[in-house]
Amino acid sequence: MSAGTNKLNVTVTEVVAVNELVKRFHFERTDGGNLPTFSGGAHVVVEMRDGDITRLNPYSLMSSPLSTRDYTISVRRDDVGRGGSLFMHNRVKRGMEMVISYPVNLFSLDLRAKKHLMIAGGIGITPFLAQTAQLASYGGNFELHYTCRSEALGSYSDVLRERYGNRVSLYLDERNERIPLERLLATQPLGTHIYVCGPAGMIKWVRDSAAAHGWPDDAVHYEHFAAPQPGTPFDVKLAVSGLEIRVGEQQSLLEAIEAAGVDPPYLCRGGVCGQCETNVISYDGTFKHNDHWLSDEEHCSGKKIMPCVSRFEGRSLVLER
Amino acid sequence: MGINFRKETFRDDFTFRNSPENIRRFPFPYHEDAYMYSVNIEPHVPGPKNSVFEHLIDVDEHYVSEMQDRAMVLAEDPLRCQSLPHMTLAGWDLLELLMTEMAKGYPEHFTLTRDGDRWRWINRPLGIDDTFTFGDVSTLPYGPMEYITRQSQGDFAILDQRDGNLWMDAGMVTTQADWSLDFDIGMNFFEWHAPVPLAHEMGVFTRALKFLTNIQQGQPARRLNWTMTINPRLDTSPENFHKWGSDRLTVTPENVGQKVHLRVELQTFFRLPRSNALVFPIRCYLLKMDELVTVPKWARRFHRVLRDLPVELAEYKGLTRYRQTTVEWLSKYDDGAPTSPGFSPE
Repeated sequence: MSAGTNKLNVTVTEVVAVNELVKRFHFERTDGGNLPTFSGGAHVVVEMRDGDITRLNPYSLMSSPLSTRDYTISVRRDDVGRGGSLFMHNRVKRGMEMVISYPVNLFSLDLRAKKHLMIAGGIGITPFLAQTAQLASYGGNFELHYTCRSEALGSYSDVLRERYGNRVSLYLDERNERIPLERLLATQPLGTHIYVCGPAGMIKWVRDSAAAHGWPDDAVHYEHFAAPQPGTPFDVKLAVSGLEIRVGEQQSLLEAIEAAGVDPPYLCRGGVCGQCETNVISYDGTFKHNDHWLSDEEHCSGKKIMPCVSRFEGRSLVLER
Repeated sequence: MGINFRKETFRDDFTFRNSPENIRRFPFPYHEDAYMYSVNIEPHVPGPKNSVFEHLIDVDEHYVSEMQDRAMVLAEDPLRCQSLPHMTLAGWDLLELLMTEMAKGYPEHFTLTRDGDRWRWINRPLGIDDTFTFGDVSTLPYGPMEYITRQSQGDFAILDQRDGNLWMDAGMVTTQADWSLDFDIGMNFFEWHAPVPLAHEMGVFTRALKFLTNIQQGQPARRLNWTMTINPRLDTSPENFHKWGSDRLTVTPENVGQKVHLRVELQTFFRLPRSNALVFPIRCYLLKMDELVTVPKWARRFHRVLRDLPVELAEYKGLTRYRQTTVEWLSKYDDGAPTSPGFSPE
């Protein structure tokens, strides 16, 4: 049974420019009716058909889980990425039909928490929009600390302030403001859980600081999607299916495997869920591991690769696919 | 049409039996003439008509009597139903799943009408017609999980998912094969499976956990498990061992056909959408040996499975006391002919 294969046919009902970097997209079911219920923190994988290339990128659902008439996502434009966000920004218009996956939650709230302490950086705000709506619906205790570059780029900070008042704190780089993490970590009531979503450096900062303050690992939750990075093209042999494929500069290894007609399981497409883990049969070259799933030993072993985000440079690579 | 619900008991005078049609739909669990553990999980998709897989949630002729038996168990021992405080949302998820599937599968018996949060639930076999507010516990006579599982066949374990593990944090367990919710509540996947022999060494649980934590919405899964029970008793719990344990000493060559039952659990797994928890319905089906041997293939195959079962498994399943007597009784129905592959009657 291949994970991540349940699909939804949707129509883009609205595209809103939130600010100069971020656009919001609204999807409704093409055949009418409600979309599946989801929980705060869930993402969907959006399929982008761009000529011969199909990109599948995960985006957090930011709409309220209480309303499933539509789903909304926000996409930050990345001018040097592989083109997924540019496709969303430049090509996706109102009325377009698209295919998205069922919601998958790899960043769910721990419902035992007495208090939810949320820390967001930049576009990492999106899962918290859904989670705060879910918590607010039944009087859940939360506090959101949101840091971004400037007032103008602080997507949804106005909406959040309006909804939740002083439970939301905003910190702007342009004003040299910084999340008072040390104080926050030192002053929480017992039973608090921390959630962090944002750039890799920020996640590391929060996790390391929490550990240094003696926070238990299972009270620290993070969303760590690594977008696949472009890179030098490389050739791969798929031993099980007897195929030889070339991974293009803007393509992920997983996308190239799929383009050849082989369908490994996947869920997150961001190097965290472990579904697409693939055995390496032989290689001559260097792995460019970008995942958060394999251990350091596994990265060094040359025996495994996560094709959703990792690449390879060298003479030959044979995979068990 | 509709189901002809039987009036019967699962205790005292044990009047439970299966109609001939119900025997044919029994989920016989052996696809070959031998049994060993495997991670035998498959997608839970609707199956053939007149099978227990026809609908995602199966209702059969024992429904009304099973619900009466559950009410009796709960009256004696309320701890068979427990839900830790953070699991209420999952209870609402489960209520939605069960009401939706029962109304869809059996519209002549169950009706669900939704008007926003205002829901009306009609359960004709049990004479229930309730209107309530979805999400508001004060509008139901019980918590949402208890309310709906008092109206649903089978046990239910709701597993919270966190830290890469599953935690038994809520459940309704009154028809169990000798395990206790009160003992297991709050345990994780490895802890509550700790007593199972051989499987840990085989890596079965590590693989099964990986699979289960990745079960997604809209993609439920299922597996069959089995044991045996003396007398058609649903409640073979550790709490009541003093009532049923000694039954195992009462099997004689003369009463095997009536007393010895194959007990099959249809275990399904659904991701719950609001809570991101996993619900694990464990549905128990009982079949008397007299009923089993009405299907010649099943009689031959079950004789071979039981005869050749590894001793550790027989002990774990509690079969040791009556295994030999039952194997000898079944041997009369095994002419040595080959059996066809697969579960089906022929």
